[in-house]
Amino acid sequence: MIKIAVITGDFDAGAEIKYLSADGGGAVNSFLGQVRGEGDLEALELEHYPAMTEGALRKIADKAAAKWDLRGITIIHRVGRLKVGEQIVLAATCSDHRQAAIESCAYIMDQLKTVAPFWKKEIWRDGSESWIEARQSDRDAAERWDC
Amino acid sequence: MPHQINIVYFAWVKERLGRDQETVAFPETIKTVEELVEHLRNIDVSYFDVFSDLKKLRFALDHDFVGTDHLLASAKELAIFPPVTGG
Repeated sequence: MIKIAVITGDFDAGAEIKYLSADGGGAVNSFLGQVRGEGDLEALELEHYPAMTEGALRKIADKAAAKWDLRGITIIHRVGRLKVGEQIVLAATCSDHRQAAIESCAYIMDQLKTVAPFWKKEIWRDGSESWIEARQSDRDAAERWDC
Repeated sequence: MPHQINIVYFAWVKERLGRDQETVAFPETIKTVEELVEHLRNIDVSYFDVFSDLKKLRFALDHDFVGTDHLLASAKELAIFPPVTGG
């Protein structure tokens, strides 16, 4: 079971993990990303490419499902204006085995940072704005996976 | 007979161009993404700076990432944007 969602509102991470776990499986791994408080940061503005985003997330999930033996995958990503401390993204995987759940979840997050069409803009308290630049360390992390 | 394609822009590319999409006509001698971008730089100064360094841009044709040497073929939509920063 693969669940993909791109939403503006908040999500209940606990409820999502419970839903993912309901089919059984001995191992559930999740990653929750939130807006990091940095100096005078007020919020992040998350833009995306609506016609492409869900398909790109589904491709990531399909590749994870092909490489690891998984019972389920959930990827939820928010867009729009998100204040410091707000949730941005949930990636969760369910498997019969711990290693598959942990590795596939890490894979999904690494791919999400490099092949899903999202862009983050920082909104500062003084009203100034700056687009976040892609990081080489994220590209390196995504390339370490052989799939 | 000129070809045409819808181009969509995101993030700072969109902000610097001041528009989020447009339909562009181009001569049929233009075959690849890079050739189309060079063509745009030559015909309109608004593209000249924004598209000056292709290494700072990424491209998708009909919603799939492509390299600059990819053929436009009969694609309907080209997206031009900075490297992604989601997650």
